[in-house]
Amino acid sequence: MTVKEIIDKLDLKCLNEANLDAEVSGAYASDLLSDVMGNARSGQVWITMQTHKNVTAIASLRDLPAVIIVRGGVPDEDMLEHAKDEDVCILVSEDATFPLCGKLYELIK
Amino acid sequence: MHYSFDIERGNFADAGQASSSVKRTLKHLGVDPANIKRTVVALFEAEINAIAHAYGGRIDVDIDDGKIVMVVADQGPGIPNLDLAMQEGWSTASPQVREMGYGAGMGLPNIKKNTDDLKIETTVGVGTTVTMTVNLT
Repeated sequence: MTVKEIIDKLDLKCLNEANLDAEVSGAYASDLLSDVMGNARSGQVWITMQTHKNVTAIASLRDLPAVIIVRGGVPDEDMLEHAKDEDVCILVSEDATFPLCGKLYELIK
Repeated sequence: MHYSFDIERGNFADAGQASSSVKRTLKHLGVDPANIKRTVVALFEAEINAIAHAYGGRIDVDIDDGKIVMVVADQGPGIPNLDLAMQEGWSTASPQVREMGYGAGMGLPNIKKNTDDLKIETTVGVGTTVTMTVNLT
């Protein structure tokens, strides 16, 4: 399943097109940055409600192709700028974390 | 190869720049991805700790064939109880820092898990020096 397919199937808003053809190996849902830093695996998408620039720093450092912001969250402007520089796909879902995880799990389990 | 970076108190906007720059170099050198991961996790966490807690500091990174040595030295306030600081879940982070998703008490444990050697020298009122080594062989 690619990032592009996930966008289409989950009806996500894409705020920075990057890594659209990247193969997604799974997902990691957490709002604690050190949890993601220490425990996410490369190729996973990151589901979070955090919307600041350090999110893209961690996604880039840990080779996470996309970040999905839940509940229609709005990323800070410098987060989006940074996502462009670092090639991180920024997606927004209207769902809360739990239903989004359920839908994504069904797609890529 | 030697790199150094300055750390400014509370400057979260630039957090990760040192780790990102070191990551690019290691990729360019063809270092094993697992070792790149260990290096960036440790360096990022040490960088965040210094930004969140210290009055400013400096990062020095030395890369040779056998190992990566990262030294993060700050100018205080120092850690009053290092045993507590090393405990998973213990944190003295401010509410603002916690709102950003830090302050879960996972930073130092993450560093320990991802390095082959970790040395922390700290004096209250003077500063803290964290020396982290990742062996490449």
